[in-house]
Amino acid sequence: MIYSSKPVPTKPEQRPQAGRYFLRAFPVLIFIMIALSAMLSGCRPRAQTARGSITVAGSTSVQPFAEMLAEEYAGRFPERPPINIQGGGSSAGGRAVLTGAAQIGMLSRQPAEAEKELTVITIAHDALAVVVHPQNPVHGLSSDQIRAIFAGRFSNWSTVGGTSERIHVISREEGSGTRTAFDELIMAGSNVAARAIVQDSNGAVREAVAQDKNAIGYISLGLVDNRVKAIEVDNVKPTLANCRAGTYTLIRPFLFVTKEKLSASGQAFINFVLSDDGQNLLAEEGLVTDNQ
Amino acid sequence: MRNKEKLVEILLTLIGLSSVTVLGLIILFIFKEGLPAFAQVGLWQFVTGTRWSPGKNLLGILPMIAGSFVVTAGALVVGLPLGLGCAIYLSEFATAKTAAILKPTIELLAGIPSVVFGFIGLTLMVPFIRNFFGGPGFSVLASALVLGIMILPTMVSVSYDALRAVPPVYREGMLALGSTDWQAVKMVVLPAARPGILAAAILAMGRAIGETMAVIMVAGNSTIIPTSFLDPVRTLTSNIALEMGYATGLHRQALFATGVVLFVIISILNLTARVVVRGKTR
Repeated sequence: MIYSSKPVPTKPEQRPQAGRYFLRAFPVLIFIMIALSAMLSGCRPRAQTARGSITVAGSTSVQPFAEMLAEEYAGRFPERPPINIQGGGSSAGGRAVLTGAAQIGMLSRQPAEAEKELTVITIAHDALAVVVHPQNPVHGLSSDQIRAIFAGRFSNWSTVGGTSERIHVISREEGSGTRTAFDELIMAGSNVAARAIVQDSNGAVREAVAQDKNAIGYISLGLVDNRVKAIEVDNVKPTLANCRAGTYTLIRPFLFVTKEKLSASGQAFINFVLSDDGQNLLAEEGLVTDNQ
Repeated sequence: MRNKEKLVEILLTLIGLSSVTVLGLIILFIFKEGLPAFAQVGLWQFVTGTRWSPGKNLLGILPMIAGSFVVTAGALVVGLPLGLGCAIYLSEFATAKTAAILKPTIELLAGIPSVVFGFIGLTLMVPFIRNFFGGPGFSVLASALVLGIMILPTMVSVSYDALRAVPPVYREGMLALGSTDWQAVKMVVLPAARPGILAAAILAMGRAIGETMAVIMVAGNSTIIPTSFLDPVRTLTSNIALEMGYATGLHRQALFATGVVLFVIISILNLTARVVVRGKTR
């Protein structure tokens, strides 16, 4: 009776019991070892991951275009090493190239001081569109008005010819390439108001503006769709033609940065991006390229 | 035989200590990375400064401290009564069959990723608040509602266990004296389960103050001290998550320093809560 009610019956000796504890601890031990080895190997920056793939990291503004190019590249040259696109932001991209974590960095702004030593390749230009809700009667603003709105000096749409509603300013987080470009191109030293709502991607800004008929935000021209309205800036429509003609001036560069010595397979990808085919693909997606 | 036993014991002790070691290393790392910012900006200036503009080296996180407090308090106002009510119903009033369906369903809620809560908040609550209460919709209210729902599973499960742990004879004694079910719950079961319910509230609070993703999506993330429930707000965790990808130099250190402040606040809250719980049990 006593034996049968024991919680761990099966075998009378103690041996398997101790073994059982050990078995339970074993996966944990293995996990710790894996974690430790991962940490140790993480200390040594590696440019090449498995299968010799190329890592391209950086600006989330450039990311969707780079992904499209990488997909196209993989389709045309299946024998070449795959291109691995990662986000993280312009600064993270620059840092990744400097530390060797990525071979190619994507920037959506001019290189910062620390990034000056890198080789810079302009792959295209992107226009920033100032967007409002499609039902907003305002169809154009001067850059001074836009600055006043984002700085919080104008807070009602009636000031700029709209309905008498509060303006909901939607901006990007500090440090993002789009925000940095907007600060340079429009704000000219003024601060974006602390009250401004901050969304963490072009898509989130577009979503917020599409939802709110009193909102104003800024996104890549290539990402404007029919849910938002891109307004005229200083009486110039934000179109690719106007960007190429130089009349629409809210333009920022999309850059690839690399270290001086780039692997042949990395160079092959960049060559593809700069080829007529690559440039046409970027132009189709709404970027401003030099070849047209 | 004995030696083997000893060996296993030592191994397990080491494994047990490893989690503490990891915690220690994390704390060490956060402080190492964050302290230079305190040194440069000044602790008082950093904690009481009301302007956050890293590009201009204005590093004050008072708006985010206020934001974290307001949002967490709001989440508790939404989540605690709902969660406790739900636990009382499940433990005291629901039939075994209903409870068998409801309990796992509520626990399933805990398995939904926070980004999904955030997305639902963004597409449903934010427009709803904008249309019915005004303002931009991204607000303290939206964050509190989303977080209030997110802390429900914790609140329900832990306080349910506390209520179940109250011996049935307590209830039976009350009922035998002629009380109604609700009187028995109110006068005997709830007071007896109070420490467990408080523990549930502490855990729920920890979840609310630490949540990041869902809050970023619905809070609006403005760096202002909110003065109304319809104002946008940025929490300490959101501040770190939003800008960490881009930050370098002093900005990066300031984000780690934000982490230090968050760590200290959570420690203080936990300690106070523990003291309160201990005081109440005596």
